[in-house]
Amino acid sequence: MTSVSVAQRRSSDVLLPPGEGGAKRRMRAVSLSRLAIHATLILACAVYLVPLLVMLLTSFKTPDDIRSGNLLSIPDVFTVIGWVKAWDGVGGYFWNSVKITIPAVLISTLLGALNGYVLAMWRFRGSQLFFGLLLFGCFLPFQVILLPASFTLGQLGLANTTEGLVLVHVVYGLAFTTLFFRNFYVSIPEALVRAARLDGAGFFTIFGRILLPMSVPIIMVSLIWQFTQIWNDFLFGVVFASGDTQPITVALNNLVNTSTGAKEYNVDMAAAMIAGLPTLLVYILAGKYFLRGLTAGAVKG
Amino acid sequence: MATLELRNVNKSYGSGLADTLKNIELAIDAGEFLILVGPSGCGKSTLMNCIAGLESISGGAILIDGADISGMSPKDRDIAMVFQSYALYPTMTVKDNIAFGLKMRKLPPAEIEAEVARVAKLLQIEHLLGRKPGQLSGGQQQRVAMGRALARRPKIYLFDEPLSNLDAKLRVEMRTEIKLMHQRLKTTTVYVTHDQIEAMTLGDKVAVMKDGIIQQFGTPQEIYNDPANQFVASFIGSPPMNFIPLRVQVRDGQCFGRLDSAAGAPGQACCELPLGAAAELEGRELILGVRPEQIQLAAAAAALPSLRAEVEVVEPTGPDTLVFVSLNQTKVCCRLAPDATPQVGSSLDLQFDPARVLLFDASSGERLRPGKRQATDNKVAQFKLG
Repeated sequence: MTSVSVAQRRSSDVLLPPGEGGAKRRMRAVSLSRLAIHATLILACAVYLVPLLVMLLTSFKTPDDIRSGNLLSIPDVFTVIGWVKAWDGVGGYFWNSVKITIPAVLISTLLGALNGYVLAMWRFRGSQLFFGLLLFGCFLPFQVILLPASFTLGQLGLANTTEGLVLVHVVYGLAFTTLFFRNFYVSIPEALVRAARLDGAGFFTIFGRILLPMSVPIIMVSLIWQFTQIWNDFLFGVVFASGDTQPITVALNNLVNTSTGAKEYNVDMAAAMIAGLPTLLVYILAGKYFLRGLTAGAVKG
Repeated sequence: MATLELRNVNKSYGSGLADTLKNIELAIDAGEFLILVGPSGCGKSTLMNCIAGLESISGGAILIDGADISGMSPKDRDIAMVFQSYALYPTMTVKDNIAFGLKMRKLPPAEIEAEVARVAKLLQIEHLLGRKPGQLSGGQQQRVAMGRALARRPKIYLFDEPLSNLDAKLRVEMRTEIKLMHQRLKTTTVYVTHDQIEAMTLGDKVAVMKDGIIQQFGTPQEIYNDPANQFVASFIGSPPMNFIPLRVQVRDGQCFGRLDSAAGAPGQACCELPLGAAAELEGRELILGVRPEQIQLAAAAAALPSLRAEVEVVEPTGPDTLVFVSLNQTKVCCRLAPDATPQVGSSLDLQFDPARVLLFDASSGERLRPGKRQATDNKVAQFKLG
């Protein structure tokens, strides 16, 4: 120990002028780089947060206030009239979105988990090829499946229904959820399944009692991913739903793009906030699992 | 208590590939401890998985208590297995891990409770029952894994390299415990390992495997003293058996092998080893197998003649001192008493009993048992200095 510290002191004596100048210089270098990091982070925060701030401020202003003041000014009078009007306009569609999103997220996650379980633990002849083909689903653009999907929905009698939209979202999301779960399960030792089989557990018991309880991080990833995708979806909503079954994204678009009457920016902003709040909430509540689960899946894949 | 019999078991993955298991024939009595030992890739784990039913066999039959179980699913075979990675269910407590198999078999809760308590007491893990596997040390996890197997009182236990993830000290402890457990419970056990010491110490019967073929099946003593071929001889025993190449010479109708250490005076540096009068050996290249402990310092009183060799390396291990010399340009290990501390570069007079050495064919590695070899006493008399 002593000899090491002596050696360190000697080497620093060689490199730096005598006295405490070296230490001070190092301190200054550290704080400068700290400052640079913090400045960058603050700037990045501002870039992302200022639009949100503008939306929030605008949504609480009166239309007159919006026309007279600048974007970042505090409202003269705080009013929730914009929010009330917005809810009147898109509230019904908000519940449509809930009715579409929640079943679609749950079903696609559950099926993805089952698929992943089979592909990782019960390999069959050609299962690798099957998985490879399934991955194509992750790269399919939305637009490509519009026509076949609408044809299929028509044949099934599900055109313009909430159920139809749920079906489309489930099918489209399966490629992603299967990928998540399969990659998570291949990192789990197969011996676990073998031990359970010897213990007398069957296919679904092993899945439900042993693997699912271990899968919380990847379930979170799948839930957040699917929720964001489906809640924010516009294209499927506008194509496969009409009138009363439309999701909130379509309703928001209709509201903002109405050409009649004066532009009510406060209502637009409030409606946009309403449309965006659920995803925000999901990220805040489950975000830490999202990061953890993403890396868990990424380690082995 | 159950007998286990494997009849002509074959296993192959796909038609184009070499067989993983070839004509496996084994039978052990109720309560016996069978060791499957061999280098990695020899098929021993595959064979165990076949017995467990986790993999299907391509041919032959597996019989427990005389009944063919080869078509049954794992859960119906009444077999419990301890895995190398322990395979404890990470989200369950130790108690639930042990109880899982019992719950799956729909035992009444009171019975499960009693069984878990019995097993926990047996393995001294009562204080761990409320914990999750992640909170346990390697040795504790090992105990829980054994507990899970013990709980169901199956007909047969399978152990798949259960000690290989433990550190050296714990491994020796657990080895003794497994042996103790088996002595108490007397349940038929199949134990896979690549560790020849575990094979020797634990097994009632040992099957040495290589390339999917059982090279030899017998008691540990048989395998050690009477190996069927050079592979078995080299695999069992630590430090391993010495293999010294020899060319057979004939004089007066008797075969001899010449050993040469190329050290010391010509009269002392080589000796001729009598191989009997077997005419079939004439002119052949042989491998002479000598266990390190069979080579001793020459004692003046002993009737065995000696050979002088130069010490190249000395490895004191505590209970023994390993000395390496060269015979016929091959490094030979001699296991000497710990008080023998020869200097490197010095010469030693060594001797071994020619009656106890083994002969192998140089190309095939098969054991040679020349028919006309004579009794030990005569051999010693024939042993001549070269």
